[in-house]
Amino acid sequence: MKPFQYRLAKSVPEAVAALAQIAEARPLAGGMTLIPALKHGLAAPAALVDLGGIASLRGVSFENGELVVGAMTTHAAVAGSPIVNERLPALGRLAGGIGDPQVRHRGTLGGSVANNDPAADYPAGCLGLGATIVTNLRTVSADEFFTGFFSTALAPAEVITSIRFPVPMRAAYVKFANQASRYATVGVFISQSANAVRVAVTGAGRSGVFRAGEMEQALAKDFRPETLPAHCVALDDLNTDLHASAEYRSHLINVLARRAVEACMGAPSRHPVRHGGAYAF
Amino acid sequence: MTTKAVEGERHTIQVTVNGKRQAAEVDSHTLLVEFLRESFRLTGTHVGCDTSQCGACVVEFEGNSVKSCTMLAVQADGGRITTIEGVGSREALHPMQEAFTECHALQCGYCTPGMVMSACDLVRKNPSPSEAEIRDWLDGNLCRCTGYNNIVRAVSEAAQALASGAQAGVKSGA
Ligand SMILES: Cc1cc2nc3c(=O)[nH]c(=O)nc-3n(C[C@H](O)[C@H](O)[C@H](O)COP(=O)(O)OP(=O)(O)OC[C@H]3O[C@@H](n4cnc5c(N)ncnc54)[C@H](O)[C@@H]3O)c2cc1C
Ligand code: FES
Ligand code: FES
Repeated sequence: MKPFQYRLAKSVPEAVAALAQIAEARPLAGGMTLIPALKHGLAAPAALVDLGGIASLRGVSFENGELVVGAMTTHAAVAGSPIVNERLPALGRLAGGIGDPQVRHRGTLGGSVANNDPAADYPAGCLGLGATIVTNLRTVSADEFFTGFFSTALAPAEVITSIRFPVPMRAAYVKFANQASRYATVGVFISQSANAVRVAVTGAGRSGVFRAGEMEQALAKDFRPETLPAHCVALDDLNTDLHASAEYRSHLINVLARRAVEACMGAPSRHPVRHGGAYAF
Repeated sequence: MTTKAVEGERHTIQVTVNGKRQAAEVDSHTLLVEFLRESFRLTGTHVGCDTSQCGACVVEFEGNSVKSCTMLAVQADGGRITTIEGVGSREALHPMQEAFTECHALQCGYCTPGMVMSACDLVRKNPSPSEAEIRDWLDGNLCRCTGYNNIVRAVSEAAQALASGAQAGVKSGA
């Protein structure tokens, strides 16, 4: 690993100041993506500004009908949060299905969303719920935040402080997990609120997480699994890699979306087993 | 591309390792696992991959199992760390270690320290886990030898032993 400077920030302004002052400085959250990237030489920042000492970035609250989750809240803390599991259990289960326990003990919401891995789970949760990403500078809607493959609307030295999730009438996330990493080969998050149905797909798109508009329209008219269109995303927009072809991903989008609708409707999941590959929440 | 030489820095950290509080100097880029193995010679914590997937390096940090290959030593400043050397002793194995021995839950032993650290974290949080919960929890610990069945059995037996030990403790007023 290349040497770098390390700064432990005590507050958000302190972190932002350090990021602005030191050229090629990066925030460090749980390190579950950044540290492996440093080891492999995929990232070689001059400095890491550790957000781990900023207590105000951790925790969950319920304010004005929205669940507010601090950027440094770990996946394990979200999965185990009574407020999350009461108000938005689909989000708690999404967090509890990320990686493995040790990844969940360190990895954070802010880190996952800032990284926008095309196979990550939280981006689907944010887009599927119409969340608002709050930074030290502004608020950005999830629709505008995720701008493509590993890219976001974040400016240099901009730090995510929390994410606000509106609470829908019902929601579910279903992923077909990669056996080794648990990243989504495909994952589908569906939510239904009084005025909208949102369907967000992760793991499948060549430019990362996206909304499946045709599915949203079909479900807005008639919220039943039968109404979902098959192969509603152009194959050219879907990813082919060693885990799955674009055709297979296209098939999975439909299958997982149906399971997510069933889960929203309260049907007992036929696919509850994690180690079988697919699992419904 | 400009290449710039970034000077590494040294940091003084305070950590409590296996109950002993100590100060140490580390580079900012020293991994926690390197620090434990090289500064303290706690070589029971292994490194089995460079992708944060195998779990051979699992230690307990502030009450949670973590991958010490994916944490910087500086991030552990002020914290409590328990490694496999802090679990039981040669003379008196921890019930989890006892159960691994009894159930033939190891062959080469490379994964075992991480497996035991992870399993101890599980039974602390969930004293009577089901088989599915054990398998689910051990997702981040790979074993190339055993095929996992004996490991799952060992964790289950250890959980029972720990529970009945706790019961006995309550009955005898301990
Ligand atoms: C074995 C393994 C399995 C995994 N499985 C899954 C999985 O199944 N699903 C899944 O979704 N993810 C998975 N992950 C990724 C995991 O969720 C990471 O925790 C996450 O992607 C990054 O979060 P972090 O807190 O560790 O961030 P870090 O690694 O510390 O940072 C990631 C990036 O985000 C930036 N950053 C961090 N915080 C902020 C902030 N508040 N504001 C602005 N920028 C910030 C950093 O500078 C860096 O560029 C896995 C990781 C591993 C190692
Ligand atoms: S050495 Fe493989 S996960 Fe740490
Ligand atoms: S006993 Fe050899 S890797 Fe597990």
